[in-house]
Amino acid sequence: MRLALAGVSHHRAPLELRERVAVDIATAGALARELSSRQAGEHETVVLSTCNRTELYLAADDEESLAEHADRALLALAGPAAEALAPVAYRLADESAALHLFRVAAGLDSMVPGEGEILGQVRDAFEAGAPGPLLDRVFRMALHAGRRARVETAIGESPASIPAAAAALAQQVFDRLDGRRVVLVGAGRMSELTARNLRSRGANVTVVLNRTLERAESLATELGARAASLEELGASLADADVVVASTSAPGLILSADELAATVRARRGRPLLLVDLAVPRDVDPAFAAIDGCFVYDLDDLEGIVSASLAGRRSEAIEAERIVSEEAERFRAWQASLAVVPAIASLRARAEEIRAAELARMEARLGRLPESDRDAVDTVTTQIVNKLLHLPTVRMKEAAVTPDGVLYADVVRHLFGLGEESET
Amino acid sequence: MAELLVWPVLIAYGEAAVAYAGELRGPGRYGRFGIWGVRIGWLAQTALLVVQALSADGFPWGTWAGALNLLSWLVVSAYLVWGCHPRYRLVGLGVMPVAAGLLVLSFAGGGTGVDKAAGDGWALAVHAGLMLAAFASFTLAAATALLYLYEDRRLSRRDTGLLRLRLPSLEGLERLSVRAALAGLALLSGGIVVGLAWLDVDGLDAAMSVTVAIWAFYGLALVLRREAGLQGRRLAWVLVAGAMLVAVVLPLTHFAS
Repeated sequence: MRLALAGVSHHRAPLELRERVAVDIATAGALARELSSRQAGEHETVVLSTCNRTELYLAADDEESLAEHADRALLALAGPAAEALAPVAYRLADESAALHLFRVAAGLDSMVPGEGEILGQVRDAFEAGAPGPLLDRVFRMALHAGRRARVETAIGESPASIPAAAAALAQQVFDRLDGRRVVLVGAGRMSELTARNLRSRGANVTVVLNRTLERAESLATELGARAASLEELGASLADADVVVASTSAPGLILSADELAATVRARRGRPLLLVDLAVPRDVDPAFAAIDGCFVYDLDDLEGIVSASLAGRRSEAIEAERIVSEEAERFRAWQASLAVVPAIASLRARAEEIRAAELARMEARLGRLPESDRDAVDTVTTQIVNKLLHLPTVRMKEAAVTPDGVLYADVVRHLFGLGEESET
Repeated sequence: MAELLVWPVLIAYGEAAVAYAGELRGPGRYGRFGIWGVRIGWLAQTALLVVQALSADGFPWGTWAGALNLLSWLVVSAYLVWGCHPRYRLVGLGVMPVAAGLLVLSFAGGGTGVDKAAGDGWALAVHAGLMLAAFASFTLAAATALLYLYEDRRLSRRDTGLLRLRLPSLEGLERLSVRAALAGLALLSGGIVVGLAWLDVDGLDAAMSVTVAIWAFYGLALVLRREAGLQGRRLAWVLVAGAMLVAVVLPLTHFAS
C-alpha cells in the first residue's frame, strides 16, 4: 500500500494562500468522503486543516499516480488560487509522509513548538475522514507519537504567550487558583486575555476598574465581575490576590506612596501585580514589600522567551520519539510486503494437510469421532509449529533491505503460486 | 553485616543529592534519578536498621551516633511521603545532603554497627523514637522553608527561568512546612510526656531545658502564624532557625550530659 500527502503550511505559504484552502472540520470530513468515493478512485482519505496548514493524506494499493491525485485534489480546493499555490505546496510519500504527520501531531511542525491544540485537531481530522487500513494505522501511530512527546518531554509545559505566562506565574505563587480574587485595572485587550486565562484556571475576576465605567461594565459583564471606577483601587487591593493592570494612563496608577500602607497591612499575604501597560501602571517599589511580586511587560516577555527556548531544547527529545515511531511505521509497512507470501505458505500447508487427511479417509473413517478430532488437531498443530518460525523470521526480515528476497525465496522453495502437485 | 549496608546507603543518598543539584541545571532531566537514589538508599537503610534491631538485645539507637542513624532514616522517610511528587522532588536538594551528613556522622561515631549491650526498655525506645521523629519533621520543615526562600527569591528577582524549573508554589511550600512543623510539635510533645512519665528524671537538666525551649519555640511560631499573621518569608526564616537550634544546641546539651 502507498501513502501520499499534498499540503501547504505556514513554512512556505502566506496567510492569503493558506486561507484559500482552509476548511472547517465538517467540510474536511465531507471532502475526505468525496475523495474516497468510487468515482474518485476509492482512496483512503483524511483532510487535516488548521490555522497553519491544510494537508490531504491519501492511501491506496500500489497506485503510482496517488501523489498526483493528492496534488490535484489540493489544487482543486484552492480554486482560482491554484496557480499561486502550486509552487509553495509540498508533496510527500510513504515514510516521509508518515514522519511529517508524526511531527505535526507532536507539535514539532507548529509555529510555537509543542502547542497544545494540534493533537486534538489531528484526532478530529482522523475521526471525520475516511481512513482505511493504512491511514487508520498511520494516524493512530501519529496520535500515539504526539501523546508520547507531550508526556515524555516538557515540550508543551511552559507558557508561550504573555497572558499564559501571567497565569502560570499566579499558579507559581498560589498553587491552585480556585477562588482566587483577580482585580483588573483597565479594560484593554491584554488584560482581558489575561483575565480569561486566569479564569480558565479557576480564578474569579471580582472587579474591573476603569476610568470610563461603560467600558468596564461591558467587560465585567462578560467576566462575571463588578465594574467600578479607579477610586476603589485601594479598597480592592486589600483583598485581591492578583492585580492585572493595563491602562493607557501616562503615569503610575498604583503608586507605592499612596498604596504601600494598604499592601503592608496584608502582612506578607502574597499579592501578584501584573503590569501590562506601557508606560507602566504599577510602581516597581511595591516589589520591596514582603509577599508582593511585580511583573511588567519586559519581565513577562523574558519568561516567554526563556520558555520558548526551553520548548526548542525539549523538541530535540521529541524528535527522537517521533523518529522511533516513524521507524515502527516503516517496519510495519515493510512487513506488509511479506504478508501475501506468508498467507500463501499457510494456505499451501493447509491444502496439503487437508489432502493427506482426505487420502487417509478410508482408514480414518473407521475410527471413533473423538479419535478423528484428535488426528485433526494434531496435524493442525504440527503445521502451525512448523510454520511459526518461518513466519516470524519472514516478518523480521521484512524490515531489512533483503525482506522481499526472503519472500521470493519462500515462494520459490515451496512452489507458491505454481499449480498444486498434491 | 550491618556495616556493609552503610555503603550502599551512602552511595545512593550521595547520588540523589548530586542528581538534585543536576536538576537545577537541567530541569526535568535528573530529578527522576534522584528519587530512585532516595528509594534505594532508604530501602538499604531500612535493612540496616532491621539488622541492628534484630541483633541488639534492646533499643539499639540509644547512643548519640545510633540516634543520628535513626534520625537520618526518619528524615528520608518523611521526605519520601512528598518527594515522589515531581514538583516536590527538589525538596530533596535540602534534605538529602542533611540525611547523608547525619549518616556519615553516625558511621564515624559507630552508630551503624551492632551493639549487643544496647537496651533500656520500651520507654526509652518510645521516647527516643518520638523525639527523633519530631526532629526529622523539623528538619523537613526547615528544608521546605529553605526551598520557599529560594523560590521567593526567584519570584522577587523575576528570574526568566522561573517557569522552566517548576518548583512547588509558594503557598504549597508554606503549607507543607507548617504541616511538618505541626507534626514535629505533636511528636515532640509525645516524646516529652513519655520521658517525664516513664523515665528516671532527676530534676531539669540542660538537655531537658533545651527540649522544652524548642517545644516553646515551635509552639509560639505556630500560634503567631495563626493569631498574628506570621507567614511568608518571616515564617520560613523562623522554621530554619528552629531547625538550627535543634541541630546545634540539642546534641551538645543532650549527649554531653
